[in-house]
Amino acid sequence: MAGFEIITNNLPVLTVVLPLMAGFLTPIVGLIDRRLPWYWVMLATFVILLTTSSNLVTVITTGTIHYHLGGWNPPFGIEYVIDLLNGFVCLIIAFIGFMVSIYSKESVKKEVPGKTTQFYTVFMLLITGLMGITITGDIFNFYVFLEISSLTAYSLISMGDRGDALVASFNYLIMGTVAASFILLGIGYLYAVTGTLNMADMHRLIPNIYESKVVLAALAFFMVGFSIKVGLFPLHAWLPDAYTHAPSTGSALIAGLMTKVGVYAMIRFMFSVFTPVFVIDMTRMTEILSWAAALAIIMGSVFAIAQSDIKRMLAYSSISQIGYILLGVGLANAIGMQGGLLHILNHALMKCALFLVAGAIFYRTGIRNLYQFQGLGRKMPVTTTVFLIAGLSMIGVPGTVGFTSKWYLALGSIDAGQWLFVVIILVSSLLNLAYFWRVFDNIWFGHPHEIEHLQRDEAPLSMLVPMVILAALCVFFGLFAYYPVHYVLEPLSEALLGIGAMP
Amino acid sequence: MTGIIDIVHAEYNYWIYTALMMIGFYAMIAKKNLIKKIIGANIFQTAIFLFYISLADITGGTAPIIWEGHEDVIYTNPVPHCLILTAIVVSVSTTAVALALIIRIYREYGSIEEDVILAARKSLQPEFSEYARQKGGEE
Repeated sequence: MAGFEIITNNLPVLTVVLPLMAGFLTPIVGLIDRRLPWYWVMLATFVILLTTSSNLVTVITTGTIHYHLGGWNPPFGIEYVIDLLNGFVCLIIAFIGFMVSIYSKESVKKEVPGKTTQFYTVFMLLITGLMGITITGDIFNFYVFLEISSLTAYSLISMGDRGDALVASFNYLIMGTVAASFILLGIGYLYAVTGTLNMADMHRLIPNIYESKVVLAALAFFMVGFSIKVGLFPLHAWLPDAYTHAPSTGSALIAGLMTKVGVYAMIRFMFSVFTPVFVIDMTRMTEILSWAAALAIIMGSVFAIAQSDIKRMLAYSSISQIGYILLGVGLANAIGMQGGLLHILNHALMKCALFLVAGAIFYRTGIRNLYQFQGLGRKMPVTTTVFLIAGLSMIGVPGTVGFTSKWYLALGSIDAGQWLFVVIILVSSLLNLAYFWRVFDNIWFGHPHEIEHLQRDEAPLSMLVPMVILAALCVFFGLFAYYPVHYVLEPLSEALLGIGAMP
Repeated sequence: MTGIIDIVHAEYNYWIYTALMMIGFYAMIAKKNLIKKIIGANIFQTAIFLFYISLADITGGTAPIIWEGHEDVIYTNPVPHCLILTAIVVSVSTTAVALALIIRIYREYGSIEEDVILAARKSLQPEFSEYARQKGGEE
């Protein structure tokens, strides 16, 4: 049993080390047989899913896990901390990663011919980067993982549609480098005034130097840097191109996870590196954030209406959905925060499902223009039903996940006395309906000329299974939102806002 | 007047890094040539490295080595140096990825000038050419 104990004691670091090792072993596995990397990545992501689930269960039952790398005690050594927030986000990353890896088999073979091994290597390294960002308790370690995830995302995007993907990837690289440099500068400023790199230690020291201009500058650098990373409205320019031109599988993974992890980082820095008092009362950063988010919600939806490429439409819709999450965070009360955090889970499920459907339709028909979707309801009934469920959830129909988080956000806005935000949430739901209805209309009610020749031509099983699971979860968490909210989000949001203690 | 000079002189390292950073930032945004953008990014990142390194320095400081009989040695803070070693590696990798992308963009469009690439992309987009044809037909 000694060997088993070594594994259980080191689970926190294994969440990062496993995808890293799996990533570097993928080329070797690919050398043995071209078809093997898919099985390999699926196995790896499944093991990571088990690891992260175990971590979250441990956190819920026994409290925050502190893991000291190499036995060096913080603040000198690097510390990995898993609390409810990153345990929750890690589980989402692992789950979406697993679903996308199942899906990837046929899609990657068709869209990235001859480069499947490279694709899967980068795929695993992206998961490593995201896991690392989420799990680390050390601010510089955070920066390194941020760059790992960014670099892998650039190369993942560049594997898409010939020229366009390259330019999209390059633009993302320029924006991403600016963002990362700002974050690095912010880290430098905080290090200069606190002399530590450990997040918890900084959190303890910052209240003494609230008045310092350096701390204020650091906060500004972090917020701008993360706003670029999450694609908050005026800084979103890189996002639509990158999501549109990446290979379908890459789009689903990046759209489902990259921005969510960015939002996680934003929350982590605002509430656990800086303090709730500092960001809510002293600098009013949350208030600024909530207005920026409200703008993003409306503008993202308006832009989405104008698009004819399905992936580009979903990308703009992502900008609006990020707005929901940040609105919840910016409201700075417990209910709004729960809504925002719940929307991290919901948006990951919905947007991943929608991008997977877009990929499946592209795989079967080669069409991405949504005005050419006529008759698809007859041709690919299961795929389009998944699209219907995820789309309705996006609109916020009761019984789906989208409704639950919007409900919490509306309650939070009322609680904060911001009635305008309630109006914005309602208007944005109508705009969502407007752009999703065009797609539903074309899929089910549009009649192609040669309708009698239409054969049922469903996507392969490896694609259908993850899509159906994601759609089922959209409904499941819509009906039973109690579980994530009660066990994770309620104590978490109170702890973040400094009302209750982190268990 | 002397006040400003004193302020600049006392913290000249910060002024240098700020100026360098702005030069790099300007190049990243304003230059049309992709290679020049990357050079701008490198200047930007190097400026930040200089900030970290100058942060660590102390007047009269030497290498952080303590040996017997010399426990009271004044040494510079080694932590920023270690951090920057890592950040340099990150910067080099970013540059490598960017250059690889530029090579492939050049093969695709035959140019590394942003406006030429933009024009080439516009003419390649099917919807745009459709639109252009309709416009042409009307006139």
